[in-house]
Amino acid sequence: MKLIDVRAVAFCAAMLAVFSAGISSASQLDKSSLEQWKTDYVRPGLVPFPEDNPYTVEKADLGKKLFFDPRLSGSNAISCASCHNPAFSWGDGLAKGVGHGSRQLGRRTPTIWNLAWAELLMWDGRFETLEEQALGPMAADVEMAQDMSTIVGELSAIPGYRALFNIAFPDEGITIDTIAKAIATYERTVVTGIAPFDRWVAGDETAIPEEAKRGFALFNSKANCVACHSGWNFTDDSFHDIGLNDDDPGRAAELPGVEKMRHAFKTPTLRNIDLRAPFMHDGSLTDLAAVVRHYNAGGIQRPSLSDDMKPLGLTPAEESYLVAFMETLTSPEEPVSIPLMPR
Amino acid sequence: MLRISLSLLAALGLVVSAIALAATDHTVTEKGKKFSEKKLTIQAGDSITFVNDDNITHNVYSKKVNQFDTGAQKPGASDRIVFKNKGKQKVRCAIHPKMKMTVVVE
Repeated sequence: MKLIDVRAVAFCAAMLAVFSAGISSASQLDKSSLEQWKTDYVRPGLVPFPEDNPYTVEKADLGKKLFFDPRLSGSNAISCASCHNPAFSWGDGLAKGVGHGSRQLGRRTPTIWNLAWAELLMWDGRFETLEEQALGPMAADVEMAQDMSTIVGELSAIPGYRALFNIAFPDEGITIDTIAKAIATYERTVVTGIAPFDRWVAGDETAIPEEAKRGFALFNSKANCVACHSGWNFTDDSFHDIGLNDDDPGRAAELPGVEKMRHAFKTPTLRNIDLRAPFMHDGSLTDLAAVVRHYNAGGIQRPSLSDDMKPLGLTPAEESYLVAFMETLTSPEEPVSIPLMPR
Repeated sequence: MLRISLSLLAALGLVVSAIALAATDHTVTEKGKKFSEKKLTIQAGDSITFVNDDNITHNVYSKKVNQFDTGAQKPGASDRIVFKNKGKQKVRCAIHPKMKMTVVVE
């Protein structure tokens, strides 16, 4: 009986400790700070389109067909969607992309989510606009390997495309420029939906678990993820060396005179991030827990390492809160229909 | 007398023309990953001095109309760029691409 009493007391004490710890952790979430931080993550109301390539339904529909059409490649077997596959959150699920002739590329395929808001494109930022970027992989020998001097003729030989281009671009028809404009217009319509995080930001306290709220607080404070993954799309569109063990020059290929651009790559969005493993520009980290562990350790020390990269001193529990938070950034998406190809 | 007056007028005219043609140097500062101006309209031949007033390295470049690239611009550094050609161009930091402005040269 005494033993039972001791056990009961011990159990009650343990439960009290757990309960107190819960209360303590919860109270550590400074509500005013949370509310202040939330204001930085409110979704925009409208998708931006550039003045020189405004949205039309006809252009976006045509762009979708082009995006999914393998005839835009040299082999007529690879489309933009071969790598930017909607079934893999507009990536390919591989550590590194695979291009023309099944050759492995040097970097992981980035998603095309939310590019309407992007500044400079590609991991190394070598394209100024989405229109420029749309043509880049098409023309690259290692990617789609399309002979750009023949693409207009090839599409012009397809009556269905002639009709669609004449509707979308009545004064221009099929040109390199209108191919790029149509694809870019479609890509700008690829926007992540409302995630549980968005519902929490909008005021629904039940939308995400407490662990995720703690993760959000860490994201904006001790872990300092916000230094780069800022704003509603969780990217500053800037370039940083985050200390991965890789000799890829990154942005330095474009800016050889800037030390901090060595091994620097563009900050990717974290929207729907848990659907896009493996991670990083080289696909070297297999899950979000490994990513957080990398940042917690601080990365390889070298002159180009971002000034924001420092050992964080996160506990295992805090690491898990960050993962829990990132998991709330995933929106339920409808399957994407594949268009019928013009013939 | 008439000759002297004409000479004076001519001299005055030259001075006025010189003042009208004098190029202006504008200053744009970089702070908090932002340019101090979102849009700046200047005259052809004017210059802009870009001053890094931030505590991180920036860069300023433009690829159209008047092409230039300052390379790495450390905190406290500045670069003076002359804009000779007329037109509208986007100017931005290649390290922090959201840091951008428009320069209109008339």
